[in-house]
Amino acid sequence: MKGTIRLKTGLAEMLKGGVIMDVTTPEQAKIAEGAGACAVMALERVPADIRAQGGVARMADPTVVKGIMEAVSIPVMAKARIGHFVEARILEALGVDYIDESEVLTPADDKHHIDKRAFTVPFVCGCRDLGEALRRMAEGAAMIRTKGEPGTGNVVEAVRHCRRVMDEVRLLCALPEDEVPNFAKNCGAPLETALATRKKGRLPVVNFAAGGIATPADAAMMIHLGCDGVFVGSGIFKSGNPEKRARAIVRAVTNYKDYTMLAEISRDLGEPMSGLEIASIAPAERMQERGW
Amino acid sequence: MPLIGVLALQGAFREHLAALRRVGVRAMEIRRKTHIDGIDALMLPGGESTAIGKLLTEEDMFSPLLERLRGGMPVYGTCAGLILLCKTIEHSGQPRFGILDATVRRNAFGRQTDSFETRLSIPEIGKGAFPAVFIRAPAITETGPGVRVLAEIDGRAVAVRQGNALATAFHPELTKDIRLHRYFADMCRAAATPGADRANA
Repeated sequence: MKGTIRLKTGLAEMLKGGVIMDVTTPEQAKIAEGAGACAVMALERVPADIRAQGGVARMADPTVVKGIMEAVSIPVMAKARIGHFVEARILEALGVDYIDESEVLTPADDKHHIDKRAFTVPFVCGCRDLGEALRRMAEGAAMIRTKGEPGTGNVVEAVRHCRRVMDEVRLLCALPEDEVPNFAKNCGAPLETALATRKKGRLPVVNFAAGGIATPADAAMMIHLGCDGVFVGSGIFKSGNPEKRARAIVRAVTNYKDYTMLAEISRDLGEPMSGLEIASIAPAERMQERGW
Repeated sequence: MPLIGVLALQGAFREHLAALRRVGVRAMEIRRKTHIDGIDALMLPGGESTAIGKLLTEEDMFSPLLERLRGGMPVYGTCAGLILLCKTIEHSGQPRFGILDATVRRNAFGRQTDSFETRLSIPEIGKGAFPAVFIRAPAITETGPGVRVLAEIDGRAVAVRQGNALATAFHPELTKDIRLHRYFADMCRAAATPGADRANA
C-alpha cells in the first residue's frame, strides 16, 4: 500500500527535532545537507526576495527542483501555490517527497485549498490558529507549520501563531465533550479533526515553526513553545555566513534546553539577515493573511 | 532491569520511548555525552541518517557510543538507525558505527511516493505477519557470515541480527505492534544477566 496517511504523517515524524532549510540551487542544498538539515525546501526565490521583488510567485521551474533532488540524499520538499492542484500534481510527478501548499507563493484560488487526500505525496500547510490547522488536516495535510511572517527575519509572528495554536489545543482538551461542537464551529474547524485532537491531547500531526526564524535562539525558543522542529527560509542564505549559521541552528534545535551550549553555538555567526518590523508591512502585503 | 537509552538528537525518538514503555522496560532520552554512561542498551531511531550522524559527531557522542557498542552493548536501529549501524553505506562517506557486517543502500525502494506498508513474515518473533511501514527506507544488499537475516523483501534483507545488534529498515514504532520492541527488550535482559550465554551471537 502506498500513499496511506500513516506513510504521509510518518515521514513528518522522522523530520522531528530537525531543521528544514529553503534552498534555491543544488549548491545551497549541499550546504544545507552538510550542515545537518533533515530536509530542504526547493524554491526559485527565498521569501525575502519574493517580498522585495514583488510580482506573482509560482512553483519553481522543474529543472531547479530536479537539480536539487539530484544533489542531496535527504528529503526534498517544494512549494505549490494555495489551491493550485496542477502545480502540486507536477511536483508529485517530479517525485518530490513533500509539497508545501504555501502562502509564500501567490494564491491560485481565493476560496479552495488543494484536496490533498487525493495525492500519494504528502502535504504540509501553514496555519495561524487551530481552526486553520484542522481545516488543512481535514483536506489531507499530513504536517502543519505555523505561518509566522515569511521573509522578515522577525520571529514575533511565528511566536504568536504557535502560542495561539497551543492555547487553543489546551482549551479544546479541557472542554467537556458536549461543548466541542460549538468550539469547532467557532474556530472554523471540522468536528472530526477537533475530536481527534482532543482525544490525542495534542495536534494529531507534526507541527513545525516557520516564518521569521533567523537565529539559533529563535529556533530554540520555538521548540520550547512546543513546535516539533523549524523551517528556516531566508534566515540562512540571506545571512553573512550561511554554512555556519545553518549548523548553529541545527545544533540549537537539538540542544534547545542547554543554555551554556546555546551561548557557545550563537557566537561569531556573522551578520544575521536584516529584519523587517511587522508594522512596516501593509496588512494586504502580509503573506500570513493568505489561506482560507 | 536494564535501562535503554533512546538517541534523541533528531527523528522519531518519542515513539520508540512510548513503545518501550508499553513493553514495560526502562527507557530514557540520550541527548548528550554525559547520558551515555548510565545506559545498558541503545535504540537508534528513524530520522535523517546524515543529520543524526552530523549531530553525533558535533555533540561528541560518536566515539563514546562506538566504544560501548564495540563492548557488546545491545542496540536496535530502525531505518536511519540501521544505516548508522552498517559497515558499508553505498555511495556515501557519512559517519556510521559500522558494527553490523553489512552493506546498506539508502532509499533503496525509492522516494516518498514509493514508501509503502506491507505485512511481513518475521518467524523469529512469532507467526503473525508484522505490519511493516517503509518510509524512504534503506535495504541491506549484502551481509557478512555473522549476520542473520530475519526478514527480507525481494531478496533484500530488511530485518537482521548480529550478536547484540538488531536492525530493521521499517518503523515498528509507528504501529501498535510491540513484538520487535519486546524482542529487543529480551535481548537486553539476556545481555544484562551474568552468565547468560550469547547463543545468538
